[in-house]
Amino acid sequence: MTAWRTDGGTAIDRGRPLAFTFDGRRIEGFSGDTVASALLAGGVSILGRSFKYHRPRGLWGAGVEEPNALVDIAGGMPNTRATQVPAEDGLAVRSVNAAPSAEKDRHAFLDAFSRFIPAAFYYKTFMFPDWHRFEPRIRAMAGLGTLDENVKAPAFAEQVNHHCDVLVVGAGPAGLLAARKAVRAGRRVVLSDDGRQAGGSLLFRAATVEGKPGAEWAADVAAELTRAGALVLAGTTAFGIYDHRLVGLNEKGEGGAPDRLWRVRAQSIVLATGAIERPLPFGNNDLPGVMSAEAALVYLRRFGVAAGRKVVVATNNGLAYETAEALAAAGADVTVVDHRADVAAPAGLRVLRGTSIVSAGGRNAVSSVRLSDGQVLEADAVLASGGFTPTVHLYCQAQGRLDWRDDILAFVPGRAVAGVEVAGAAAGDFGLPAELADGTGRSLGIVAAWPKPRARQRVWIDLQNDVTAKDVELAVRENFVSVEHLKRYTTLGMATDQGKTSNVNGLALVAELTGRRIPEVGTTTYRPPFTPVPFAAFAGARSGTRMNPLRRLPLEGEHRAAGAVFRDYGGWLRPAFYGAGAPDERIQAEAAAARAGVALFDGSPLGKIEVIGPDAAPFLDFIYYNTMSTLALGRCRYGFILTEAGIVYDDGVLVRLDEDRFVVSCSSSHVAGVHALLEEWRQDRFDRRRVFIHNATAEMATLTVTGPKSRALMEAVGFGAALDDAALPHMAVTAGVFEGVPVRIARVSFTGERSYEISVPADHAGALWARLGHAGAAFGATLLGLEALMILRAEKGYVVIGKDTDGTSRPMDFGLAAPLARKTVEFVGRRSLVTEDASRLDRRQFVGLEAVDGKGVLPTGAHGIERGEGGLRSTGYVTSSYFSPALQKPIALGLIERGLSRMGDVIELQHLRELRHARIVAPCAFDPEGGRLHA
Amino acid sequence: MQLFPCPFCGPRSESEFHFGGEAGNRRPEGFRAVTDGEWAAYLHERDNRRGPASEIWMHMTCGEVFRMERDTVHHGAVRSFALIEGGGDDGLAH
Ligand SMILES: [Zn+2]
Repeated sequence: MTAWRTDGGTAIDRGRPLAFTFDGRRIEGFSGDTVASALLAGGVSILGRSFKYHRPRGLWGAGVEEPNALVDIAGGMPNTRATQVPAEDGLAVRSVNAAPSAEKDRHAFLDAFSRFIPAAFYYKTFMFPDWHRFEPRIRAMAGLGTLDENVKAPAFAEQVNHHCDVLVVGAGPAGLLAARKAVRAGRRVVLSDDGRQAGGSLLFRAATVEGKPGAEWAADVAAELTRAGALVLAGTTAFGIYDHRLVGLNEKGEGGAPDRLWRVRAQSIVLATGAIERPLPFGNNDLPGVMSAEAALVYLRRFGVAAGRKVVVATNNGLAYETAEALAAAGADVTVVDHRADVAAPAGLRVLRGTSIVSAGGRNAVSSVRLSDGQVLEADAVLASGGFTPTVHLYCQAQGRLDWRDDILAFVPGRAVAGVEVAGAAAGDFGLPAELADGTGRSLGIVAAWPKPRARQRVWIDLQNDVTAKDVELAVRENFVSVEHLKRYTTLGMATDQGKTSNVNGLALVAELTGRRIPEVGTTTYRPPFTPVPFAAFAGARSGTRMNPLRRLPLEGEHRAAGAVFRDYGGWLRPAFYGAGAPDERIQAEAAAARAGVALFDGSPLGKIEVIGPDAAPFLDFIYYNTMSTLALGRCRYGFILTEAGIVYDDGVLVRLDEDRFVVSCSSSHVAGVHALLEEWRQDRFDRRRVFIHNATAEMATLTVTGPKSRALMEAVGFGAALDDAALPHMAVTAGVFEGVPVRIARVSFTGERSYEISVPADHAGALWARLGHAGAAFGATLLGLEALMILRAEKGYVVIGKDTDGTSRPMDFGLAAPLARKTVEFVGRRSLVTEDASRLDRRQFVGLEAVDGKGVLPTGAHGIERGEGGLRSTGYVTSSYFSPALQKPIALGLIERGLSRMGDVIELQHLRELRHARIVAPCAFDPEGGRLHA
Repeated sequence: MQLFPCPFCGPRSESEFHFGGEAGNRRPEGFRAVTDGEWAAYLHERDNRRGPASEIWMHMTCGEVFRMERDTVHHGAVRSFALIEGGGDDGLAH
């Protein structure tokens, strides 16, 4: 192939030369070139090696349809079509599936064995002992680009949500016309095109539109659209159409910038996506130098690159003649080989009619063609047109159905899809839209030239996946006649191009082999994306903490200043413990200090959902397992919230502030769920004018003062309220004031020590924390992290939902059967508590576990085991396990079968082959009488 | 991603909504009288109808619980209705 630069080219700026490397070789080009056009002009004919046989491959296309020229761009863009990458100074481009380079590929020998490597060869051959033993090496040999794991994206891809009246996909003549009509009718319009410039075929096909050269008309319409406020997206591929006219578009980043993902919701969509040229089936039609006739026209007119000097244009239709005429005018020696016998040849062109290419010759590039009439023609470029396939992917994704048209030999959109219109070549109208046509357009006049069975040479059907006519014949012989089976067996139409150039030729061959018509064979399912979309574009900003944002405490800065080590607890970033040193020692010391003196704990994430209104009390009776309407004003009560299936969903303390005002304290990680549950029952069952729900979790911080000296510290700070035990006993609440701001003080304990939970507006939490710390110095107050709190509550046998409960836990499994017996009214999950399953005697019940084997702390998750005839059986498991600083011994909690009736029994536990022994005891290991709550 | 009509907010992205079950799955009341079978049916038995369906949804961003008519074949959200006291809905399509 001896491509050469002409002095033309509308897309390139000859004043701005540039250079990049391809497989290490320096390539020169101009601003406006694509990597493909610069490589073509630079005389690089082999751009890659084929997927399976490592055959040399050159350019076939000029745009999105390119099956061969996949390249890796250094810096993190693998498997990119060279036809769509703008050439840039300094770019380092590498061919894929070729080592060390596309030109000298060490696996090229594979092609000599090709007749031993038919479709499904690998799967059939490498079965013993296991395909997966061979897979890595085969994958390395047959594959595409490689991902550079060291490349970090410079920034995350932006994502834009947008809506409009009309979205037009494709800025060719049909798309521009549709967009202009919509804009002139006052509609809000988005127009997208995967090219950098509007115009589509007008950029390379000669046409006069409304009295102007086509490209000028296109630029003028695009300018009018922009002036009228339409959004014109260049370099943007609409890759998928989803429910309710949502379209996904990927905008290629320029100059190394990441791509941008658009989600456009449109009232109506116009698909003006054009058509893609098909190859002609002849032997060795994959040789470098065999190119789409339309692509050759693009390279000539847009980039000033003529594909060859001695050119054969092979066609079965009339549109390829423009390529022949243009190359002849540029100075190439052109011969047209027209499959059609009965056509008028234009003057000044050498045309051989009624004949076609049987095979191409040449080793690493085409050098000749042999015709069906026996002639052999020399050629350094063979420009082929086997007709055009309308780009109907988006229409089909939107549940469109295709009709076959014999006059143009193509599938076209059939039945109407609501809100989706197809226009131009995508609808099978290959000329200009009727309103724009000037009568000089060429007619298609296509005559079928489908692949035939039993060809002597290899005829490539799918260039990207190395599928030949023989592979299709083999598949049909083995009875893979359903088009979907054929695709999977031969890989025809798979990979990154999804058969854009190959599908229809493949279907035609199957039709011939099975004695069916092409529409009877049908097409495979069209699925998004139309072209590959980088994962980075789909991910957008959602990675790390942006994917799953951590909730932050209002006092995070104060905790950091105090040396807190933070961890994620149910989505909240909270202090695990404070200070440097061995974590276990710090945690043990904090827990010990809380029992000895006084500790400060930040419990701000604790749920604070207010339930307000005259029906609040009966509403909460319905929500809770426990009876709540009998709760006295200013008092707190612990309770469970169940699901309708009778499973414990959450626990916590309900506070009654007033006759018709309550605060639901729920688990920190359950706030959203409990809030939704409350709202759902409120709206579905109660008079929504008589119960209101307000989630005050974020607006109020909760600081806890706990330990035997907590009352003294609280009184030292003041709060303008009586804090003595007569005024504020355990499980009571009072209103106080801190620096003029109202606070709520509750005597609720999760440590087993006398405790005060102070709920304060979040913007005053810092001042209160500082005051508590300052006043606490006199009492030796320590800071308490969440890890130490977990030990303190485990010593007391207090439950953590989701840790000490699971999806089978019912309230009675926690020894709490009395509330059910006393309660007379309906509540969520009630009926589920009197089922056969709820009454089973072998339920797993919440107990304490005391290690009796002297081997230290029991592993959390260790299973209680029972030895029977069938081997080992699990009888439950350890849910929480710690070393208790107060008791100076290991403690544990667990859910064990019949646990409540087996107090004192020693059971076997097993964890990762380790065998342990523990005694079943009461969950509360420390201060079972609860005297310290009042001490 | 589809658009669902919230009776309170209007059309919003489906990702803001939470499915609440089939409409008309009445809770059997009177825990002493309800049989195991009735309760199990309420908890577990669903029509899972092909075609037009009537469902309860919650719009998580505003908290509205409502009934929506939706088609389980083509996923079209037809219209929605605000719930009213004592069961049922307001009969006004949103
Ligand atoms: Zn809403």
